[in-house]
Amino acid sequence: MSVLPADRFRGLPQQRLFSLVPLAAIILLMPLMFSSAYYYRVAALVFIFAIAALGLNLLMGFAGQVSLGHAGFMGIGAYSVAIGPAHLGISPLPSFVLGVMISTLVAFVVGRPILRLKGHYLAVATLGFGVLLAVAFTNEASWTGGPDGMIVPHLALLGRPLRGPEPWYWISASTFLVGAAVALNLIASPTGRALRGIHDSEIAARMLGVDVAGKKLIIFVVAAVYASVAGSYLALLNSYITPDVSSFLRSIELVAMVVLGGMGSIPGSLVGSAVLVILPQALAFFHDYEHMMLGLIVMSVMIFLRRGILPSVTAAFAQRHK
Amino acid sequence: MNKADRMMRIHTAAAAFGVCIAAALIPAPASAQVKIGAVLSASGPASFLGDPEKKTFDIYVADINAKGGINGQKLQMIVYDDGGDANAARTFATRLIEEDKVVAMIGGTTTGSTMAMIPAFEDAQTPFISLAGAIEIIQPVRKWVFKTPHTDRMACEKIFADLKRRNLTTVALISGTDAFGHSMRDQCVAVAPHAGITIATVENYGPTDSDITPQLTKIKTAPGVQAVINTGFGQGPAIVTRNYRQLDIKYPLYQSHGVASKQFIDLAGAAADGVRLPAAALLVADKLPDNDPQKPIVVAYKKTFEARTGQPVSTFGGHAYDGLMIFAQAAQRAGNFNPAKVRDEIEGTKGYIGTGGLVNMSPTDHLGLDLSAFRMLEIKNGDWALVPESGS
Amino acid sequence: MAEFLQFLFSGLTVGAIYALVAIGFTLIYNASDVVNFAQGEFVMLGGMTTVFLGYVGVPLPLATIVAILATTAVGFALYRLAIATAREADAVTLIIITIGASIFIRGVAEIVFDKRFHSLPPLLSNDPIRVGGAAILPQSLVVLAGALIILLLLWAFIERTMFGKAVIATSANRIAARLVGIDTQIIVGACFALAAAIGAIAGILVTPITLTSYNVGTLLALKGFAAAMLGGIGSATGAVVGGILLGLLEALAAGYVSASYKDAVAFVVILTVLFAMPHGLFGKTKVERV
Repeated sequence: MSVLPADRFRGLPQQRLFSLVPLAAIILLMPLMFSSAYYYRVAALVFIFAIAALGLNLLMGFAGQVSLGHAGFMGIGAYSVAIGPAHLGISPLPSFVLGVMISTLVAFVVGRPILRLKGHYLAVATLGFGVLLAVAFTNEASWTGGPDGMIVPHLALLGRPLRGPEPWYWISASTFLVGAAVALNLIASPTGRALRGIHDSEIAARMLGVDVAGKKLIIFVVAAVYASVAGSYLALLNSYITPDVSSFLRSIELVAMVVLGGMGSIPGSLVGSAVLVILPQALAFFHDYEHMMLGLIVMSVMIFLRRGILPSVTAAFAQRHK
Repeated sequence: MNKADRMMRIHTAAAAFGVCIAAALIPAPASAQVKIGAVLSASGPASFLGDPEKKTFDIYVADINAKGGINGQKLQMIVYDDGGDANAARTFATRLIEEDKVVAMIGGTTTGSTMAMIPAFEDAQTPFISLAGAIEIIQPVRKWVFKTPHTDRMACEKIFADLKRRNLTTVALISGTDAFGHSMRDQCVAVAPHAGITIATVENYGPTDSDITPQLTKIKTAPGVQAVINTGFGQGPAIVTRNYRQLDIKYPLYQSHGVASKQFIDLAGAAADGVRLPAAALLVADKLPDNDPQKPIVVAYKKTFEARTGQPVSTFGGHAYDGLMIFAQAAQRAGNFNPAKVRDEIEGTKGYIGTGGLVNMSPTDHLGLDLSAFRMLEIKNGDWALVPESGS
Repeated sequence: MAEFLQFLFSGLTVGAIYALVAIGFTLIYNASDVVNFAQGEFVMLGGMTTVFLGYVGVPLPLATIVAILATTAVGFALYRLAIATAREADAVTLIIITIGASIFIRGVAEIVFDKRFHSLPPLLSNDPIRVGGAAILPQSLVVLAGALIILLLLWAFIERTMFGKAVIATSANRIAARLVGIDTQIIVGACFALAAAIGAIAGILVTPITLTSYNVGTLLALKGFAAAMLGGIGSATGAVVGGILLGLLEALAAGYVSASYKDAVAFVVILTVLFAMPHGLFGKTKVERV
């Protein structure tokens, strides 16, 4: 059953993009509340993970394919900007592009066979994919620095190296806006309609002549690219990268962000990311009780807002105004 | 469930959510205390290291404050748990610098989290005393970064020296793929030729593996092996040791300082007898000769830690203790908490006797320990015993 | 030959552990279509509770029983408070709920227990049994026997008792089962409780070999899930076979290929099997209605 109100995606491109204006306004105005670089950093992290979560949302929420190894693509993007300068002599910006290209290739090669599986079996396959990448990043120490990780040089724009989290807030927030616009257009396109059909029933879609395997592959690649971009940004923001960027726990975190925020909801990816990035910071106050509270909150949100935060809240308002 | 019910639940959830967000935005209360920070891995895969570090800080910061503080001011230590995640560590580092405005940082349980946090403290020009093991933290020397634990290279050198004394020159390495095990393995491989040791074969195991007999079997059948060195920490070495005896391998087995707690002996059981390892004097506190300058300090720390926490002492907690004391004494010498002045005094630490050994820092040495800081221990009858270093 | 035998023994030891976890996954999935990622925590609770009860002076046999009962209660509570309350939520939502539950349980364990590693004394002796130049611990055989016995008892329970028939009915079609008067809430709750008990028993049996600490649950859940899928989720026999097979794959990969990549090799083999048999080794082919 599709969770999407179909009419949100009809209409002219201008109308669709107009729905992003509130988000752009928030992005422009939020820094007024930031009293130190710490807030810029947290916000930058929220947007970076939101980009990855958005890609995964396209895969899970719209196409209905689960992936428990998505952090692997974040790892590819992250390590590209580390290995490029360190071992291949290319500067961060071309390395970033290289990372996107490698992720596309890997997603293409791995996606075709893996996407033939369904449901929990697909989950295990993607899990294995993530594990494979994480193990490779940990063990190929001559390339990746091993379990200790490696240093990532600063990205330089117009000759000046970007230090500190402020520039990364702007970069990641604007990238998220662009990513959201791309996602909106994708969903409204014939490919997007085909995907929603596949989500509802693959067999029915196939009978209507939809190239199910091809469409699933496209969205898998798109999701991989989003994750790769996010991973590169993360590595450049931290000036350091460790193999746990693509660990199983990170993949689960991304899935949780998608589900918490609302599967099939684009702004929901942002909400889910915000919850899972900000909550540990907020809960640090509770020290030893931090994990207990985190688990409790995740469970409660999922039990009471079971379509995800944004869809449930929106539905509640819609009901009230009926 | 009717609509009112659902509304109620949604509003409650939203409210709870809002409270949490608000909590994050609440600024820390202003106080006349001096703030120092610690980002530790109190949970997660390195909690075995981070937990005693945290407990040590809890005990000794309270202790310092009870005695009147430093330079007439009380210390407030702000501890964050990074869960073993380098990205989280970096975020907490930024938080300590920007929000909590600490004057110094003692922490970084793992090398990964330390390396991720270094740029933040260098940019903020705040002294950072790391509690992690790898040599790359202080080599090349970074102006604002120091560390208290012995380096993994020193552990290799100590083990190789003991091997030479026993006329053993060909060894097999078995290491955990965790950062500690991996890093020490690399150091041993690098240092072996200089020490006249040949490494016949290298095997790996995952830090959470429950059975390591396949890898040990390969070592057992490798030709020429005279001794085996296991680099790793946590439960891995205990399982390696048990499997070692299970397979009836006769070569001498060396562990690393990553197992440095009595708990290792409890877990490995009878299999641990005969195992040798380099460790800080803290582990054999009561067995040190009375004229050993380290004895009063390690005995005092061991008694306090064990009495207050009910857990056996570990050298990881000892490194935290050393870090705190080195900072405290440097601040006292500086007379104030200006980060640059305190940094200079930390670098000028001379003759500090801690749980790790005798510390003499310099502008080219931000660790200050030498090989004598490590003692070679052997496990006999379920307890530690010092190995005499001349002849064996 | 002795080498191969040793790898085999290692694989059986580890595989039996995975098998026990996988059985728990399968039981809950069969009853409620939920993939319970908190299954690993049940194993942790069984071992850690027994250890800590032992520390406060409770004799080990009694500690074992109390630990199993406590974990069973946790399993039932998980169902009653989390899963049942979520009613007809999405499959992915339910998975996230179980993940939240596992974080919560780990968080509580962090505080109630401690962060160190602990062991239990083995059931038989500590001396390994030597066969053909290889050595296997008696406790490994205990774990293997435990897995097989539990499998047998489960089969008997499901096939031969009224309650078991109710479980089969509930898993086939919940609404139809309710229509014939089965209280599905109690049935599913009981399955959760049973899976928790099996997890706890697993924890107690394997702790003498693997040691235990508050965060062993995560990795066990991962491997148990993979093993259950390999065997075909929904089949208890598949769970045991999948678990043992996974253990053997890891040990043989560690021995003959590369120990660093053994997890990856195991997954590659699982993937290959799934491509050939998309429902796992023993899985039932689901008919998808359009």
